[in-house]
Amino acid sequence: MSGPSNYQPTSAIGKWFHERLPIVAFVKDHALDFPTPKNLNYWWTFGGILAVMMVVQIISGIVLVMHYTPHVDMAFASVEHIMRDVNYGWLLRYMHMTGASFFFIAVYIHMFRGMYYGSYKAPREVLWMIGVIIYLIMMATAFMGYVLPWGQMSFWGAKVITNLFSAIPFVGDSITTWLWGGYSVDNPTLNRFFSLHYLLPFVLAGVVILHIWALHVPGNNNPTGISVKGPQDTVPFHPYYTLKDGFAIVAFLIVYGLFVFYGPNYMGDAVNYVQANPLSTPAHIKPEWYYLPFYAILRSIPNKLLGVIAMFSSILILLFLPWLDTSRVRSGTYRPVFKLEFWVFAVVCVALGYIGSRPPEGSYVMWGQILTVYYFAHFIIILPLMGLLETPKALPSSISEDVLAKAVPAK
Amino acid sequence: MKKFASLLIAASALFAASGAAFAEAEKSAKPIGYSFEGPFGTFDKAQLQRGYKVYKEVCSGCHAMKFVSFRNLADRGGPGFTEEQVKALAATFKVHDLDGNGASIDRAGLPSDAFPSPFANDDAAKAANGGALPPDLSLITKAREGWHGTFNQLINGIGGPQYVYSLLTGYEDPPADMAKDAPAGKYYNPYFQNGIWISMPAAGTLTDGRVVYDDGAKNTVDDMAKDVSAFLAWTAEPKMEERKQTGFEVMIYLAILAGLLYAVKKKIWRDIH
Repeated sequence: MSGPSNYQPTSAIGKWFHERLPIVAFVKDHALDFPTPKNLNYWWTFGGILAVMMVVQIISGIVLVMHYTPHVDMAFASVEHIMRDVNYGWLLRYMHMTGASFFFIAVYIHMFRGMYYGSYKAPREVLWMIGVIIYLIMMATAFMGYVLPWGQMSFWGAKVITNLFSAIPFVGDSITTWLWGGYSVDNPTLNRFFSLHYLLPFVLAGVVILHIWALHVPGNNNPTGISVKGPQDTVPFHPYYTLKDGFAIVAFLIVYGLFVFYGPNYMGDAVNYVQANPLSTPAHIKPEWYYLPFYAILRSIPNKLLGVIAMFSSILILLFLPWLDTSRVRSGTYRPVFKLEFWVFAVVCVALGYIGSRPPEGSYVMWGQILTVYYFAHFIIILPLMGLLETPKALPSSISEDVLAKAVPAK
Repeated sequence: MKKFASLLIAASALFAASGAAFAEAEKSAKPIGYSFEGPFGTFDKAQLQRGYKVYKEVCSGCHAMKFVSFRNLADRGGPGFTEEQVKALAATFKVHDLDGNGASIDRAGLPSDAFPSPFANDDAAKAANGGALPPDLSLITKAREGWHGTFNQLINGIGGPQYVYSLLTGYEDPPADMAKDAPAGKYYNPYFQNGIWISMPAAGTLTDGRVVYDDGAKNTVDDMAKDVSAFLAWTAEPKMEERKQTGFEVMIYLAILAGLLYAVKKKIWRDIH
């Protein structure tokens, strides 16, 4: 996408520096002048929102670590110390715990936007797959972070999830012992989770750079799904998208702030304000909301090993999405059947989340199984067949023509 | 289907080390209101001071409050005791310590001390309470849900203070068919979240007029339950007033910034469409 650089150093020192490290040209080409389709809607702003949330999490996390103690006897008390004695400790901690939820809200919107507009299709398969890897790293990071306050749900959540690995034939128990660093979830487990929870965000940041790199090779997809044909279809990223994204980021921060300041514990579980007790199982162990659809899939299969395989498959199947969708039309806007089925799939995902939050009894079990079947059918059966059978609507001939066609009747 | 469900429950029991029933209180907490609810709600200082007195004279006999220090009682956004008052009331507690020679002593509490536990350790607490451990009350209103429902909790919160209030005022005679199953040393309370039988005795908690308030406020069981549950809402969330105040300022700042960004964005994009 990026052609020859627009950057011409004007001063002698600028020229001297540019010949040795062309970083100013790099920033100008990729952060300021980058040609971006001019028809991106607000669903496209979630990439920028996610970058901001990642920075919020890393900064608040680094400061929290200055006051936190990773020891089973002291972790819970050190979190309360942060809440009560550290200046603005309550703000840092509420930003970090609510920030995790809002990071996931943004990533889910970002992923569903990619699915609706076919952003995973050629030539953006690698971009999409790196995104799935980012999502996996996020899930691992958030899971380990949730263990750190050492509340009841921290402990029992860690126990349930690490126990999943014991389903692996022959070596399962050894793997679980290895993960725990002992024969149960205990101090060594807390220490390694703390270490990894600090490491993974920086791995994540590195993979995010690859994600942006892979984005800047083909350039952005757009709501029409048709490729950029020339300069008339694009605008420079700055100031057009720095301002549009900037507005969306602040709007998102307002919603985030409402929860940080007025409902900081809403997304969490009350039981986690009870210190971890290995001798007392909470009445109802359930993970944080962002894992619930996968938790529902896990519990829908009455065999532990197959349940674990289904749960991991339900995420890993996203890696194959670019090849499972056989339609040559990218954007859902021009696919009448897909457009409907997309919303059915979205509702199924939310419904699975609801089932995951309920105890596995009565009709919840049956509904969980039906929805699990649909989830996989969407990827393995519906998407491949629909691409072959559906008749797409006529595509506009270019992005700028589509923009003009929409702008005229509005006036 | 039933067989399949039981298979599933068996499977999920494998995941957790031990299974447990899905427990919720028999009755939802009574929906009473407090001064500290809503985006601008603040604690009622006089109520917190009365609630402190109920904790001191009744609850602290069995329940620890280890994350709260006496000095917190003089913090902004709290009960508003003066430094002198805090010194005096800390001194009414005995705190375990070592003297200069390493010998174990009990000394008068200081403002810097945390509220001391009434028992030497958890086992001693259980032994003195029929095998049940009286929970630490520092965080109790954030650790207990008075009611459920995703939307309900978004609007009304988790009802933690209401849970405490309802529990304290919720002792009843058990229904006739249940009375015969009453476990020894347990009391019937349909607001208790771990089943209907609670180890905390009704007579050991509140009776009308038990705590005489310094400000002469009414002291029925209902009044005392309201006051102590408000006090425990403060111990669980001592920075609530600062949080809401900061939140209001942040919201105004972000709203203005969003408005400016939107206006500039509109102006810049005008020529594109």
